[in-house]
Amino acid sequence: MADINTVPHTDIMRSSLGRARGLGSARAGAHHWWMQKLLSLALVPLTIWFVFSAIQLTGVDHQGMVAWMHSPWRMGLMAALVIATFHHLHLGLQVVLEDYVHHEPTKVAAITLLKGLCVLLAIVCLVSILKIGL
Amino acid sequence: MVAFKLPVNSRIGQGQTFKAPAGAKRVREFKIYRWSPDDGRNPRTDTYEVDLDACGPMVLDALIKIKNEIDPTLTFRRSCREGICGSCAMNIDGGNTLACLKPIEEVKGAVRINPLPHMPVVKDLVPDLSQPYAQLRSVKPWMQSDTPAPPDGERLQSKEERAKLDGLWECILCFCCSTACPSYWWNGDRYLGPAVLLQAYRWIADSRDEATGQRLDELEDPFKLYRCHTIMNCTDTCPKGLNPAKAIGAIKQLIVERQG
Repeated sequence: MADINTVPHTDIMRSSLGRARGLGSARAGAHHWWMQKLLSLALVPLTIWFVFSAIQLTGVDHQGMVAWMHSPWRMGLMAALVIATFHHLHLGLQVVLEDYVHHEPTKVAAITLLKGLCVLLAIVCLVSILKIGL
Repeated sequence: MVAFKLPVNSRIGQGQTFKAPAGAKRVREFKIYRWSPDDGRNPRTDTYEVDLDACGPMVLDALIKIKNEIDPTLTFRRSCREGICGSCAMNIDGGNTLACLKPIEEVKGAVRINPLPHMPVVKDLVPDLSQPYAQLRSVKPWMQSDTPAPPDGERLQSKEERAKLDGLWECILCFCCSTACPSYWWNGDRYLGPAVLLQAYRWIADSRDEATGQRLDELEDPFKLYRCHTIMNCTDTCPKGLNPAKAIGAIKQLIVERQG
């Protein structure tokens, strides 16, 4: 039997309304969208602060870097930057995958992999911050 | 995945050229997409030379002249010829618009005309709009109210309440916007598209409607609503000068608003 996704649209017998209603509303998506907006807002000052700090730290040796990171405020801001960046990255790339990957099993696998990767990278960054700062 | 090339049987070939009558002074080329379901051939672009001195000012005037005087097989939808029925929506010079509202003079060089993008083609410039029509029906574009209308008159609205519908009620459902939206191209089977979302908001914004909550429930979906990435092609292309992107933004805002 032919795959339903590849048959010509004229050969689909289900009514247009049935197809338009589909599986109904997921009652979700608002949180995803709103978080993306809030995170991009948070990333504006955090990124400016990070770039500014990185410029100031040019030429500083390892000890100087450790001393700089020692402040709880700087560690906190670095942690916030990492969490916001990877959360935002995850949300944004998930939308890209949903937009362009139409093969359902591939899509589910890619989104799961993306989530795992973002969480892992965020954890590695946070551990690094603790390691340098503590 | 996204296809970067048209399927083999959709690739557009070179068609015939119909020369302008001898002695025509102001000749303009119209390059028009042709496809018929009956002959099993690939689509082609036919070129018609039209004498603008013997033709009305709008693209639709030229199409009607071609059909009447040059090639009666050319197929397109048209009705009111004044921008209120939405039938003659098509892609002219790379943009979706109504042929009856598009002056030929606004186009530089040959006038390229194609059917609305990314819809199945019925014939020539006639797209199959069953999907957006069904999507429109799925958002229940009619008033839902538990309070009965007053027995002696109509349901009243203040001037301020009525003003909220301006910029929404004028939509004529030509689907220029939905078929200009890349999100609708890639995910049109699940994303409702700007035209239908503007209509959904038209009823959400109506003070006489009492189903606002259910309407928002039905729209809150990663695909039905949140495929809109504010690309703004909808607003850019609307031949009636409406702003579907703003209406979609208002729906998203209301859904966040009711959460806290």
